[in-house]
Amino acid sequence: MLSPRVVVLRAPGTNCDRETLHAFERAGAIGRRVHVRALARRPALLDDVQIVCIPGGFSYGDDIASGRIFALEVRTRLGDALRRFRDRGGLVLGICNGFQVLLQTGLLLADPDGRPLATLAHNASGRFVDRWVRLRLDPGPCRFLHGVAAEFDLPVAHGEGRFVTRSPAELDRLANAGQLVLRYTADDHGVTTNPNGSAADVAGVCDETGRVFGMMPHPERFVDATQHPAWTGRLDPAATGAGLALFAAAVRAVSA
Amino acid sequence: MLWEVEVEGGDPAADHAARALVAAADGLGIPGIDSARTATGWLIETDLPRADVERIARQLLTDPIVERCTVRAVDGGEGTAPAGLPTVVRVLPRPGVTDPAGDSARAAILLLGSPVTAVRSTRIVRLPAVDAAAARRLAWKTIASEAIHDVVVGPLALETLAGGRTWRFASAEIVLEGRTEAALEALSRERCLALSVAELAAIRDHYRSLGRAPLEIELETIAQTWSEHCCHKTLTAGYDHSGPDGVRRYDNLLKETVFAATRRIREALGARDWCVSVFRDNSGVVRFDGDHDICVKVETHNHPSAIEPYGGAATGLGGVIRDVLGTGLGARPIANLDVFCVGPPDTPPSDLPAGVIPPRRLLSGVVAGVRDYGNRMGIPTIAGAVAFDPGYVGNPLVFCGTVGIMPRGTATQAAVEAGDLVVVAGGRTGRDGIHGATFSSVELSSASESQSGGAVQIGHAINEKILADFVLEAAAERLFHAITDCGAGGLSSAVGEMGATLGADVDLERVPLKYAGLSATEVWISEAQERMVLAVPPAAWERLAAVAADEGVEATVIGRFTGSGRLVLRWEGQVAGELDCHFLHEGRPRLRLESRTGAAAAAPLVWSPGAVDLGIGGCLPLLLAAPDVASKEWIIRQYDHEVQGGSVVKPLLGPGEGPADGTVIRGVLGRERGIVIGIGLRHRLGDLDPYRMAAGSIVEAVANAIAVGADPARLALLDNFCWGDCRRPEPLGALVEACRACHDVALALEAPFVSGKDSLNNVFAWTSPDGTRRERSIPHTLLITALGQVEDVRRVVTPDFKHAGDRIALVGTSGDDLAGSQLAAAGLVAGGTAPAVDAPACRRVFEAVARAIRAGLVAACHDCADGGVAVAVAEMAIGGGLGAEIDLAAVDWSGAADHGPALDLAVAFAESPGRFVVAVPASAAEAFAAALGAIGMAWIGTVTAAPEVTFRSRTGAPAVTIPLDHLDRAWRTRSE
Repeated sequence: MLSPRVVVLRAPGTNCDRETLHAFERAGAIGRRVHVRALARRPALLDDVQIVCIPGGFSYGDDIASGRIFALEVRTRLGDALRRFRDRGGLVLGICNGFQVLLQTGLLLADPDGRPLATLAHNASGRFVDRWVRLRLDPGPCRFLHGVAAEFDLPVAHGEGRFVTRSPAELDRLANAGQLVLRYTADDHGVTTNPNGSAADVAGVCDETGRVFGMMPHPERFVDATQHPAWTGRLDPAATGAGLALFAAAVRAVSA
Repeated sequence: MLWEVEVEGGDPAADHAARALVAAADGLGIPGIDSARTATGWLIETDLPRADVERIARQLLTDPIVERCTVRAVDGGEGTAPAGLPTVVRVLPRPGVTDPAGDSARAAILLLGSPVTAVRSTRIVRLPAVDAAAARRLAWKTIASEAIHDVVVGPLALETLAGGRTWRFASAEIVLEGRTEAALEALSRERCLALSVAELAAIRDHYRSLGRAPLEIELETIAQTWSEHCCHKTLTAGYDHSGPDGVRRYDNLLKETVFAATRRIREALGARDWCVSVFRDNSGVVRFDGDHDICVKVETHNHPSAIEPYGGAATGLGGVIRDVLGTGLGARPIANLDVFCVGPPDTPPSDLPAGVIPPRRLLSGVVAGVRDYGNRMGIPTIAGAVAFDPGYVGNPLVFCGTVGIMPRGTATQAAVEAGDLVVVAGGRTGRDGIHGATFSSVELSSASESQSGGAVQIGHAINEKILADFVLEAAAERLFHAITDCGAGGLSSAVGEMGATLGADVDLERVPLKYAGLSATEVWISEAQERMVLAVPPAAWERLAAVAADEGVEATVIGRFTGSGRLVLRWEGQVAGELDCHFLHEGRPRLRLESRTGAAAAAPLVWSPGAVDLGIGGCLPLLLAAPDVASKEWIIRQYDHEVQGGSVVKPLLGPGEGPADGTVIRGVLGRERGIVIGIGLRHRLGDLDPYRMAAGSIVEAVANAIAVGADPARLALLDNFCWGDCRRPEPLGALVEACRACHDVALALEAPFVSGKDSLNNVFAWTSPDGTRRERSIPHTLLITALGQVEDVRRVVTPDFKHAGDRIALVGTSGDDLAGSQLAAAGLVAGGTAPAVDAPACRRVFEAVARAIRAGLVAACHDCADGGVAVAVAEMAIGGGLGAEIDLAAVDWSGAADHGPALDLAVAFAESPGRFVVAVPASAAEAFAAALGAIGMAWIGTVTAAPEVTFRSRTGAPAVTIPLDHLDRAWRTRSE
């Protein structure tokens, strides 16, 4: 089987595109970074691609709100192409800003009219935070989490990551459907690592098919043990980081 | 028609800004403000009907789940105010001030297919019934900045967002002939030229030989080019210096000290020279691996930050990022650092002169500025420091630095060729930042806020991000011969510098403007941000334009490099000014200065009686909580320090999240070679002994890098001199002494300086309440940045203790070095002499520690700086979540003073330079001692599992044990 092909989509202000591509390549994929304008001109660029990733960053400076303008651009210029891509079995990953974009485009957690069922609001602290969190997963249908460790650490870096659903009932529905696949959990001292006040400690959600997945933490920032804040003297420096497993799971899912 | 959209969060409990306003009102003594609401406002100018504006508001401007919006016509009354909050306050960007959110919103609305003329973003605050003056005062003291905002209380009386009418060509002569010295001085001051009488006289004589008077645009160009900011005239001046070692003459101080050390080091290295391009380009470039070079630059943005902390710091960072982008044929920025020097956070308002922003608010502002710009650019902010001193009230220092990486062989720009196009790329030009270069060269005063508002720029990080993406793509395709950033002096400096020998013809009306109305002179000297100038061969233009279009960057041909040796400025074909390049770049009269330093004052060391009573148990928590030492977590966590994925040693690390020394990133993802940043700043010694201050700063920066495992043979240094009043021989003498130290220590460590920058005349002038005019200079401050390299990031070492049972060594020489220490800053000891630096001995220590780390013998290593051995051990314990037992009697103490009962304190807290606390696995102890050879080293204790730190006395006093969580709490006490 040929290596899976990945497109890492970028817009003005996207800034995690290089390391995200690096992570996919480390997991065995072949990829390229593509500007949203170039893809809008040539949607056929997706034809031989199995995974599309919208990486982290501050698309359009987070002006108005995180991901708002990028989502508008995707909705108006690429919406059909991405929906077709998903419907023919492609995987879509949104990390941090990319998660914010996915929710606002209606590609993830939308009602039948395409209106978002959930949002990522300002952190409860009111401020941007870069720190490490502990995550617990419940992979359900999510193709990015099969075979990934049940608990692992990743960094977050965002100001708007507080997961809020349109109603409490909506949260229950998503939980029952097994779509709340990634949650913040307690550290070694039993202290919660939820960095933003997310409802039900939600860090990542997938759609019903498990092929569209959005998450606030940055798996591409933990592909080597040396990226962990307490690795020196404690982790094998030649080991890989837990984040790499998510990219590997996606590559396996489309190679199967 | 003008519409207002007000977007408010649905949950008042999440309105942090409102709570902050209520608290601030209480602090300011403004009565009656017990609740508030804040909202984002959008002013939209369009011919669309209400229904369309409402659709835009719903679809684009509001999050349907957590926000709600109101749409109203601006002249249509205020609608119903929320209950109990009848006072409405709006904070608007002043006309012409960059408004990134407004620009983005306009672009997005156009994407929705709706035609709009203009969009401005505002803040809307709703308050209880208070009078307008109180509401206005609250806004000015909290969320509004006089330099960039208007505050409107009550209904908005605004019909249009448009401003400015097209400028009609005119040119004005400035007559210099016949002016007295006093009149020339007055002219320089009134026009904010920062030219001396001698310089104006040289200009007058030059124009006399041409038989005409200079035009305004010509005089402005000369003022920018000759500014301290652009040509470092004080540091490159000739000096007659009387120092402690007698009289010495320099023809060019910088060349004969800092540059000379680098030259000698490179000569000695011969074929092994690893410097690539130093003191020439926008940043210093050194060799990294087989395929890459790395570069580094640190800049200051002090005066703009004093007036508008957020914008000043953000654009300071933006500027230094462009320096790296504009190095060689373009380098990719991969790390930022920032250092702030501010007044003590608890300075009482009564000690603040009028017009001074309180230190706490200033620090919050500069941190937010760096955060928003650095994070949006996607460049990790990996290193920094904050120093607090009353000398920085009124004139804070804001240092921003950037590290870049570039392919080997692209560090040197190709020569600009006659016929190359002058291309300006990036943001549009407005009136922002007019006179930044000359403003940074004059002193600040309490009136600066109103006088120099135009000198403050507002950053637009996303414009810079797309500019960077464009530049790096164009560089990869080799589409230009040369590039430089449009920083201080704007186009006048950038084009002037690139065309210094060839000359250029520029059509100023072609420069894209943010709004109409700029004169030719304003276009030429504007310091509008996020612009770069490229020299593009005509054959490459078409492709360059296509790359720019792909990235969404505006690139415009504004002229041509000619080969005439003249800079010709045109406006719609008419000559607006014409300068001889030779005179512009070589015509400045050389400065010859007199400088003087006496012997350093030698006051005897005196212990405060309270110090011994406090003992180590009282002093250590006090010093851990001192502003300079205490955790900067509240700052660090606001910065994205991990973006780009190269992070190896973070600023907070270990299971206890303790402090780092040097920080480390990978140069290239997937490869093991790393880049190390160390920072040295011994500002407390600046006024005691400038030579030792400089030497101590260098040693501290290098020790930071060595402690993580940097290669001592690959350390590059940067200097940032920030001095006060440079009009008198004494401060100039201190400057000369600091330069001498840079020369001597760099040479001894074989660590070349590769770049630097100075900011002089950091003087704050004000009138005290009794009517007397007063001035205060900052302490002599030299920031040293060390750019180090590690061969294999998998072998780096961090300060956090790793295992109970590891033995603790103190490496280096310990003596009576308490002057300028943290203990002295806390008022517990006074007097003494500034620590002397034995640079050759430090070098031997650095090499020995590096050897031991390379050999894998070191579990944890921390350099001993602020707070001495005791603070170093406490920080290692905090990071590792482990305890320690330290025997002060085991310290190899060479102090000579009689400390009496305070001896334990002296040994615990002295800040002798060039020392390390090292934790070594017991099994490796022998090998470690052997690796150190003849280097002074003592085993002073053991790492323990018990979470407490114990100090045994060397005077027979009882041992002192402090619980780890007590130390941890003390270190984390400080927050914003």
